[in-house]
Amino acid sequence: MNNECLAELSGVSKRFGKIVALDGLDLEVRRGELLAVLGPNGAGKTTAISLLLGLRQPDSGTARLFGQLPLRVETRRQVGVMMQEVTLAPELRVREHIDLFASYYPDPLSADAAMEMTDTMALRDRPYGKLSSGQKRQAQFAMAICGRPKLLFLDEPTVGLDIQARELMWATLRQLVEEGCSIVLTTHYLEEAESLADRVAVLAKGRMVASGTVSEIRAHVVRKRISCATTLAADEVATWPEVQSVSRDQQRLHITASHAETVVRRLLAADEDLEELEVRRAGLAEAFTELTQEAVS
Amino acid sequence: MNGTQTAGEVMDTPSVETGIVLRTGRMTGSRLLRAYLTEAKYESLRMLRAPAFAIPFLGLPVALYLLFAVLLFGDAMRNDAKAALYTFTGFDVLGVMGPGLFGFGITLAMEREQGLLTLKRALPMPAGASLLAKLLMAMLFGAVVTVTMLAAAPTLGHLPISAGQCLALAAVNILGAMPFCALGMFIGTRMSGKAAPAIANLFYLAMIYLSGILLPMPKSMAAIALVSPAYHLDQLAFRVLGAASQGPAWVHVAILAGVTLALTAISVRRLARVG
Repeated sequence: MNNECLAELSGVSKRFGKIVALDGLDLEVRRGELLAVLGPNGAGKTTAISLLLGLRQPDSGTARLFGQLPLRVETRRQVGVMMQEVTLAPELRVREHIDLFASYYPDPLSADAAMEMTDTMALRDRPYGKLSSGQKRQAQFAMAICGRPKLLFLDEPTVGLDIQARELMWATLRQLVEEGCSIVLTTHYLEEAESLADRVAVLAKGRMVASGTVSEIRAHVVRKRISCATTLAADEVATWPEVQSVSRDQQRLHITASHAETVVRRLLAADEDLEELEVRRAGLAEAFTELTQEAVS
Repeated sequence: MNGTQTAGEVMDTPSVETGIVLRTGRMTGSRLLRAYLTEAKYESLRMLRAPAFAIPFLGLPVALYLLFAVLLFGDAMRNDAKAALYTFTGFDVLGVMGPGLFGFGITLAMEREQGLLTLKRALPMPAGASLLAKLLMAMLFGAVVTVTMLAAAPTLGHLPISAGQCLALAAVNILGAMPFCALGMFIGTRMSGKAAPAIANLFYLAMIYLSGILLPMPKSMAAIALVSPAYHLDQLAFRVLGAASQGPAWVHVAILAGVTLALTAISVRRLARVG
């Protein structure tokens, strides 16, 4: 990965009537990275992607794709797209759909090669209309990569996939990034971003509230989680300084603390029989919730 | 990917089938032509595979023609060449109208509504490939209707047609699909997927009855037919099959071309602005 910018939004604002979808957003996609764009519903993720693809025009600010206006067909020949809501011709078979999409590109993969890469060969001769929603996503993924894009836009690609299919798509995405493809992925699944992303951009109310690696985003949240099997009363532990919240489920006490080490020392001193101690840094989920809640409030 | 590789190096690296990521963005002329043809091939294939579309639009014109010109009024047609020709051209024009009006109009409205048009705008689909594919699909259907009608006319319909007239009629029918495609596009760019079939039907039925192509119009209402593309196509079909048309052929051609250009221009402008 290097810092060469393939796609960029600079100071972009976009309104739909009274609703502000994007509010002075800066976003860049660098060569060779997988950028995960996260945000609650209505944060502006899909609008940001549609501006990068030239499907909408910003009210102010600029959108650039490979340094050019996104609508140029020469620019789009380097881009693969998988959208969230699209219905393809139900009468055509999966191989035929891939063949059609591949025809738009100068030097595409064959339909069979794209299906092998995405493990969709079993769907090859099935009419698209007869596929399950997860299989449709898999077929659309094969269509998105068949042009051998330098930059791939995936809007919620794994919605509706079973665990095995999702793991397979993740493996293909990692392989694509290894081969030099840059990927922009919007997702609701934080574990997806955690597992795949080189960089995460968190949007809320049309603004960027945090951007960085997964560890950098996690570091926004200083709290840690402690859990242990103890006879100590939750009410008592809750009164200790540095303890922010306590809950109990059966034998285990779950504590959120700003300074875990101090709390752990005191726990061990207070209960000699304490067992199964675990201390965990906040995950992306906690960071995401905290960041977006701050932005909304 | 080598992190220090420059954009220039990437562009110059030769492409290999095994590589996943594109090395060049240039599209050769033959690949561009292939893209247009592939779009047309799959547009036609999907419509041929949709029985609710293919069966009525390919089979109905000739079936209705045989019903009226052979089964019901066969004897009268044998003795009245003018009536036989009138019936033939009427159902022939009916066959040309449907695929353009419905195939273009409803499909386009659905594709707009279901996000496919948006996806194709984001993809490097060559300009106008999707619209051109629909036009070629309608022309293909028009050609198939022509073949079935021409097979039925001299044998069962007792209507002598020369080889030259067959070719001329095929040309009229194939090119004649254009104004109906333009009308379909006009509907498809303005209507939702649910409303488009109703509106297309409205135009279809109005043109059948108010153009005088199947039932002669009362003289007092004959002027209405002049605004209908179906009437002008019917007149051209008459002419190429050796009968006299009302008014010179170039007027009919000019009106059909004008309707096509005007409706296409309005629709393309709307597609670019609204999507």
